[in-house]
Amino acid sequence: MTLLRIPHVATVLVCLAIVTIGATVLAEAGLVSTSFVKTLGKTLCLCLVAVAMDLVWGYTGILSLGHMAFFGIGGYSIGMWLMRARTEGIVATQLERAALPPTPAEIDQAAALQIFGVVGSDEFPWMWAFSDVLFVQLLAVVAVPGLLALVFGWLAFRSRVTGVYLSILTQAGTLALSLWLFQNDSGLRGNNGLSGLQNIPGAEGVPQSTVSLWFLWASAVALGLTYVLAAWVVTDRFGSVLRAIRDDETRVRFLGYNVEAYKLAVFTGTAMLAGIAGALYYPQAGIINPAEIAPIASIYLAVWVAIGGRGRLYGAILGAAAVSLLSSWFTGGGAPDIDLGIYTVLWTDWWLVLLGFGFVAVTLFAPEGIGGLFDRIARPKRVGDLGPDAGALRQEEARGEKV
Amino acid sequence: MSALLEVSGVTKTFDGFRAIDNLSFSISEPEMRAVIGPNGAGKTTFMDIVTGKTRPDTGTVRWGETSTDLTRLSEARIARLGLGRKFQKPTVFEDQTVRENLRLALKGARGPVPVLFKRRARADQIAALADQVGLSDALNIKSGALSHGQKQWLEIGMLLAQEPRLLLVDEPAAGMTTAEREKTTAMLVEAAKTRAVVVVEHDMEFVRRLNCRVTVLHEGRVLAEGSLDHVTANPQVIDVYLGRDEGDSNA
Repeated sequence: MTLLRIPHVATVLVCLAIVTIGATVLAEAGLVSTSFVKTLGKTLCLCLVAVAMDLVWGYTGILSLGHMAFFGIGGYSIGMWLMRARTEGIVATQLERAALPPTPAEIDQAAALQIFGVVGSDEFPWMWAFSDVLFVQLLAVVAVPGLLALVFGWLAFRSRVTGVYLSILTQAGTLALSLWLFQNDSGLRGNNGLSGLQNIPGAEGVPQSTVSLWFLWASAVALGLTYVLAAWVVTDRFGSVLRAIRDDETRVRFLGYNVEAYKLAVFTGTAMLAGIAGALYYPQAGIINPAEIAPIASIYLAVWVAIGGRGRLYGAILGAAAVSLLSSWFTGGGAPDIDLGIYTVLWTDWWLVLLGFGFVAVTLFAPEGIGGLFDRIARPKRVGDLGPDAGALRQEEARGEKV
Repeated sequence: MSALLEVSGVTKTFDGFRAIDNLSFSISEPEMRAVIGPNGAGKTTFMDIVTGKTRPDTGTVRWGETSTDLTRLSEARIARLGLGRKFQKPTVFEDQTVRENLRLALKGARGPVPVLFKRRARADQIAALADQVGLSDALNIKSGALSHGQKQWLEIGMLLAQEPRLLLVDEPAAGMTTAEREKTTAMLVEAAKTRAVVVVEHDMEFVRRLNCRVTVLHEGRVLAEGSLDHVTANPQVIDVYLGRDEGDSNA
C-alpha cells in the first residue's frame, strides 16, 4: 500500500471522502437539493474521464480529441438497458389490465413501439438484441469503447500518425459517430437520444433523493479506484516509459521499447475508463443524445486537463471539477446577470467567453495549469538545482556553441 | 572471429541523391572502430540504416551468429537484439531524473505487460552505472538540469545499461571541454574491451586518442580503411578530407 503514501493520492482520497460524506449528511438533513447531489455526482464522473484524458494526453502525449465519444458510448450502453427495462415494466403494468395476461413477446413488441415509435419503427434494432440483459450491457460499457479504441489506435499508431494529425483523426471519428447517431435509423433513436435514465428498474419505490446518493457514492468509489490505479500506472518504469514517449518517441524506440504497443495500451485502457465514467454519468443526467458526443465535448475535456495541469493526475481532477462546477453555476442561473444599462450580460451566453479568457490566461501565465501552481508553492525553485556546473555554461549551451 | 555486423552492398537514394552508394562495412566483437568523413559522406544515413530508422534501397545488413537481416526489423526490435545508438545531440529525457533515465535503459523485458507488473528497483545496477559515468551524485536530479557534458555521459551510461553487443556513437566529443573529452575517451575504450563500438567523429584529435582502426567514408562509399596513420597517408583521403582547413572539416 505504498501508493497511499504518495501525498497527492492520500490528499485526493481524503478530499473525495469528505465531499461524499459531507454531501450525504447535508442531503439527509435536507440542506442541499437532490439536483445539487446529482451535479456533484456528475462532476466526479467528469473528473474520472479527465484522469483518463490526463493519462493519454498529459503522460503519453497523445492529444485525443475523441475521449468524450467513448464516454458517450458508455452512457448509451447502460442507457439501452435502463430504458428498455423501465419501458417493459410500464408496458407490462398497462397490459395487465387486459383480459388475457400478456406473453413476453407481446411485452417486447409493445416496449419496442413505445421506444422506437418516435423514429417511426416498431421493433428493436439489431444492436438492442441483448439490451434486456444487464450483464451484457455492462460489458458493452467497457468492451465497445475498448474495441473501437483498439481498432482505431492500431490503424493510427502503426502508421505512425502523431501530433496534430492524430488529433484531427480522433476529432473526425468523433464527428462521424455523432452524425451517425443523429440519424433516426441509427438504432439509437436519432436526436431524441435515450431518456428517463434516472429511473432505475427494480428501484421504482426509491425516491430520487436516495438514488442520487447511490450514484454519488458509486461515482466517488469509481473515481477513487481509478485515481489509485492511475497513480500505480504512472509510478515506476511504466510511467517513465509513457513520459519518455511523450517527450521523444524516436529515442524510446532506440531503447528497444515498442512505442506503438504502449500507446495502444494507454489509448484503449483510457477509452474503457471513459466508458465507465459515461455509464455512471448518464443515469444521473437522465438523458443522453447525440449532441453529448459532439466534437466540442472532447475539446472541453482537453481544456479541463490543460487548465488543471497536464501530467499531474490531481491537475486533471482540479481542472474538471473547477470548470464544470463553474460552468453549471454560470449556465444554471447561479450567477447574477449584470445589467449595464444598454446591455445586459447574460452569463448563460457569456460564460463561454469567460472560459475562453480563462484558458488564454492559464496558457500565458500558468502554462503548467492550476496543478503547476500547487507544485510551485510546495517546492519553490531552489538556485542550486542546475547541477555541478551551477549552470555557468548554460547560456552558451543553449545557443549550441561549443564550450 | 566472425563479424558481428556485416553491411554489404547497401545503397540508399534520397530524391536522386545517393547518400549511401554500394557501401560495405563489417565489425567484429570486441572491436573499436572510428568512422570519419566530411559532411554529407553518409555517416548519419549509415547509422540510420543499421539501426532500422531508414530502409536501404538495396543491400543487406546481417547481424550476429544467426545472420539476421536487420533491414526487415523495427528500430525497437533491432535495439533489443543488442544494438545501442547514441545520437549526436545528447538526447536524454530531460523531464526525468538521472535514475529514471538509467532505469529506462536497463536491460530487461520491454513489453507493456512485464514493465507494468514486474517492478524491481535494481538500485545496485543503477548505482554502479552512475558510478561508471561519474553521475553518482546526480541520481535524483532531473537530467534537464545537467551540464552538456554530463548529459552526454548519462546517454553513454544509458547505452551501457542496455548491455548492447554493438554501440553506435555519433560525435561523442562534440561540445565538450578537454577534460570531459578525456573522460569520454576512457569510457569508450573501456566499453570496447567487451563489445563492438563504432564511433562516428569529425575530430581527428579525438580519433587519434581512441587509437583504433579507422574507416573513412566519402560520398556514401568507403574510401579507405586501416590505422589512422595509414589512412591519413592515403592521398585520396588527404584530398577529400584532411586537405581542407580545420574550420571546414569541423563544421
